[in-house]
Amino acid sequence: MTTTKSTAAERVRAAAEPGTLVLVCLASWAVPGAGHLWLGRRQKGLVFLVALTTMFVIGLFLDGRIFPFDWSEPLVALAAIADVGLGVPWVIARMASQGAGVVTAVTYEYGNCFLIVSGLLNSLVILDAFDIAQGRK
Amino acid sequence: MSHFGLLLVFAFLVSTVFAVLLRDDPKAQLRTGAMMFAGFAAAALALAWLMYPLPL
Repeated sequence: MTTTKSTAAERVRAAAEPGTLVLVCLASWAVPGAGHLWLGRRQKGLVFLVALTTMFVIGLFLDGRIFPFDWSEPLVALAAIADVGLGVPWVIARMASQGAGVVTAVTYEYGNCFLIVSGLLNSLVILDAFDIAQGRK
Repeated sequence: MSHFGLLLVFAFLVSTVFAVLLRDDPKAQLRTGAMMFAGFAAAALALAWLMYPLPL
């Protein structure tokens, strides 16, 4: 018997397979809100996409730095891990040689704050997408 | 933009994301987001006022 997946709950159950779970998390990491859009949570997905991308771009405009993975400096390495949380915008910024950071700029620390927090917030968004895909929310 | 202006932009974006993460109903999201934003701004002003007499 075939059934139409018309409700959010049914869509969630259909996405709960391990392979799909991994793909949802990867999509959510790569593009902020993509996991929610995939799972049918359009309003949430769009808000995450706009808000987190805006935060990241503002961070770059404020001369913030996208930190390198320098394991000899634990705080720098932690900041780098946080930055990676935003996925594709981070990759694009790295490829375009953005985010070098201007230490002497008045807004340098503000920029870092925007960049790091956008990555960390996207990590929470990924966890939320995972929970939704698991049927917990 | 001033430091306080940047703080308000930061507070707006963070409270928006948290409100949408924590609540499902749009009205509840709006209420939570507004309260969180007000909390950010009020805490910043209170800390600034407390630190004002301190020497650099």
